[in-house]
Amino acid sequence: MGARPAGAGADDRTLNGTTSDATPGLTTKERIAMQIGIPTESRVGERLVAATPKTVAQLVGLGYDVVVQRGAGDGATFDAAAYEAAGARTVDAAEVWASDVVAKVNPPTSAEVETLRPGATLVAMLAPAARPELVEQLHERGVTALALDAVPRVSRAQSLDVLSTLSNVAGYRAVVEAAQVYGGMFTGQVTAAGKTPPARVFIIGAGVAGLAAIGAAGAMGARVRAFDVRPEVGEQIESMGATFVQAEAAQQAVSADGYASALTAEQEELTAQMYAAESADADIVITTALVRGHAPTTITAAMVAGMRAGSVIVDLAASGGGNCELTVPGRTVVSDNGVTIVGDTDLTSRMPQHTSQLFGTNIVHLLQLLTPDKDGQLVLDLDDPVVRGMTVTRAGEVLWPPPPVQVSAAQPAPADAAGPTPQERAADAARRKQRGSVALALVAVLVMLGVSFAPAAFLGHFTVFVLAVIVGYYVISNVSHSLHTPLMAQTNAISGIILVGALLQIGDDSALVTTLAVVAASVASINVFGGFLVANRMIRMFRKDA
Amino acid sequence: MPQSLAQAVYLLAAVLFVLSLAGLSKQETARRGNLSGIVGMALALAATVALALDHSERPVAVTGSLILLVLLVGATVGTWQARRVEMTQMPELIAVLHSFVGLAAVLVGYNSFLTEPADPAHLVEVFLGVLIGAVTFTGSIVAYLKLSARMRSAPLSLPGRNWLNLAMVVVCGGLLAWFLVTHGVLPLLLMTAVALALGWHLVASIGGGDMPVVVSMLNSYSGWAAAAAGFMLGNDLLIVTGALVGSSGAILSWFMCRAMNRSFVSVILGGFGTEGGTVVSSDGVVGTHHEITAPGVAELLLGARTVVITPGYGMAVAKAQYPVAELVGKLRARGIEVRFGVHPVAGRLPGHMNVLLAEARVPYDIVLEMDEINGDLAETDVVLVIGANDTVNPAAVDDPSSPIAGMPVLEVWKAAQVVVFKRSMATGYAGVQNPLFFRENTSMLFGDAKVQVEQIMLAV
Repeated sequence: MGARPAGAGADDRTLNGTTSDATPGLTTKERIAMQIGIPTESRVGERLVAATPKTVAQLVGLGYDVVVQRGAGDGATFDAAAYEAAGARTVDAAEVWASDVVAKVNPPTSAEVETLRPGATLVAMLAPAARPELVEQLHERGVTALALDAVPRVSRAQSLDVLSTLSNVAGYRAVVEAAQVYGGMFTGQVTAAGKTPPARVFIIGAGVAGLAAIGAAGAMGARVRAFDVRPEVGEQIESMGATFVQAEAAQQAVSADGYASALTAEQEELTAQMYAAESADADIVITTALVRGHAPTTITAAMVAGMRAGSVIVDLAASGGGNCELTVPGRTVVSDNGVTIVGDTDLTSRMPQHTSQLFGTNIVHLLQLLTPDKDGQLVLDLDDPVVRGMTVTRAGEVLWPPPPVQVSAAQPAPADAAGPTPQERAADAARRKQRGSVALALVAVLVMLGVSFAPAAFLGHFTVFVLAVIVGYYVISNVSHSLHTPLMAQTNAISGIILVGALLQIGDDSALVTTLAVVAASVASINVFGGFLVANRMIRMFRKDA
Repeated sequence: MPQSLAQAVYLLAAVLFVLSLAGLSKQETARRGNLSGIVGMALALAATVALALDHSERPVAVTGSLILLVLLVGATVGTWQARRVEMTQMPELIAVLHSFVGLAAVLVGYNSFLTEPADPAHLVEVFLGVLIGAVTFTGSIVAYLKLSARMRSAPLSLPGRNWLNLAMVVVCGGLLAWFLVTHGVLPLLLMTAVALALGWHLVASIGGGDMPVVVSMLNSYSGWAAAAAGFMLGNDLLIVTGALVGSSGAILSWFMCRAMNRSFVSVILGGFGTEGGTVVSSDGVVGTHHEITAPGVAELLLGARTVVITPGYGMAVAKAQYPVAELVGKLRARGIEVRFGVHPVAGRLPGHMNVLLAEARVPYDIVLEMDEINGDLAETDVVLVIGANDTVNPAAVDDPSSPIAGMPVLEVWKAAQVVVFKRSMATGYAGVQNPLFFRENTSMLFGDAKVQVEQIMLAV
């Protein structure tokens, strides 16, 4: 039962029911913590769950009551005991769906929407652009709906972006699936029984999924080549250890919202030629091109025909129809010439533990954003562009589509109007340097004039002085930074050399002079002894790694 | 003892001092450098004592016992101080020692004025020697008070402080003319008072964050004071040694300024942090920060291959260097590559962090400078920022309107994950909000750094 007092359950239910009807504007002082419900996913074969015991503990930490439907975590091997240990209650479906906030992975069925309480908040992937009828139903039900798959692509919102999370997992799993189907080893081997070359993997699209696939395939030892229509990701591809394949004139600039956009006809022609050549050469092709839910065809039937038997295509865009013409969404098929085409759409569900954990953490981050006071009260701030972008409906109001948000990752236009140009700055620096040289020369002349009037004895001392300054400069200018403090203690001790002057004055016959000299010599000798000892103490502490 | 033999010994001592400073520029030769300084000093003192006894106008026994007394006092107090001081208090100790040199220079100057014939060149030397000594004396005392938090570290900003400084210098110039004409002690006393005030005001108007520069600048001043004493006494050893120390201190200060991307003049004239608009530039950097717990950090560390720790003054305050060193040892034993990245102005004294880490027995070859580590940060899995703030502020790079814009910083935000150890969300010395805390890959671990590091160690 964790954070709730035992036996308080039934009472809280009714209280929750009355308070949340008026939630955002309510100012009652003692507000009851809202209840978050985690239902079992109803989609066939879905093994994910929207909260794990770890994320439940974080939600409880934000002040919420958390209820988890019995069996919700079974697919991801989280049992009821673990949830209860983290502070949640495990209850039946009706109680979960009657919560103030319902968080789940997949869009709700229309029957599920009908069990939501009016005024409740639904957090899930909703695909609002593709499913206007669902938006309409949520609106009619009077539900506030936040689409996890509509998070604006600004860097601040990255921590709640479930699409990145799922893409990352899918990219990794795509490589695992390919390895299972492929009849060879990924890493090249040289053995007493001969050698095998490393697998050649070609990845189309270097978004989150593509980069994750590059990383996974590279880690298994494959030689990875990758292509993306956005030229600026070439650096990212190379940073993951893959070769960036360039198609001449086929690249486009980044679009303002951070997603790739479709290509022009001429670009398409050149890109298609490159795809044909690369896929014919590869053992494994992983396609990840999804432009706003639609999958453009990148691998045509003719290209598949040009591939070797035994090659594998993993189509991560199968849910959008597939990047490969021969892809059958949800199934793995083999072409006439022996190329296996994996069109499975449940890759993320095949790693339910980690996927649920990452997904659940995204939800926690969202609720952190929505719970500024950590008091279990959800506050919807529509002035925040991140929240505004995700909000599909709010208590009887349709807010989809949101106003466009400019992606923050886009580089600002180079060379702003403000500020001097580099040339001007260089000219400025040169002028300053010139002025400095002139001043220096003036000072030198003045000093020379002054010195030439000085007595001969002074001249000798002055020569020594100038030379010593220069020696000091060169001796110190390459000192190791880490030794600055001991050096300072050492120079401090050395400057106690003024003791020499004071000692010579002690023998004077004037009492005043002797007194002053004794005081001066005392403090200076403290300096000498203290400085050397402390420098020594510090230097002895520095040791090299044995 | 003939004068020429003493001169020969002085020459030897001067050479040993040069070798000493040269030796201190590298770890491998630092001990030898320290030793040659001690030998040089011993030789110089032996020759001086012989000379002093030889030239003594009092009975040799009296002079001898006075000298013995003086050296005894110095040895006792100096040794006691050096043993007792904690490494975190090193800046204070060094500031105090500087003030001693300044005081000695003032007294020696007066004595030289009292004992030697008053020719104009000598009078100018005395005047300058006392001036520099007095400025060093009060300046170092203020630096000490600020460093030991007995005085507010915020810069004192009197109206027209630059004009005030200038006026004091001009007054001293006038007093010099008076002094040369009358040869009287009055202008010398007046000048001493003005110079003491000048030293006080100069350092009082410099903010606590600039103390590394101030301490090394005072180091330089104490050298110049010794050199000036050499001029008035006609002693080449003092001149050489003073000039060595003076120029080395000046170079160090210049290094510091370069590390903070500030002009030397602006630091010396003081008042950093008082110009308008530096207090809040929080526009656009407000956001949510993520908190993490000590076990969470332990988990991160165990999953990492490369870890970089960037310590700051906060580590010194919390005395967290021991648990940090222990944690590093544990992580390294597990095969995790751990290194330190030290910003040139981290701490309150140049090289302060290095000394603290060395005290905790962190091998110096894993303690790297900013320029050495910055290139590797992008490939680092976890960065622990312990008690540092301004030296890891991305605003210095990203935000041209920030008061610390252009200051070279440790670019920790390029690492995969950053954990910031901090007592609260307060701003650093420069009073600038740090957008690092609101970054996606940054987690905050609040609380006392020492306690938190110990907690992490328990979980590792």
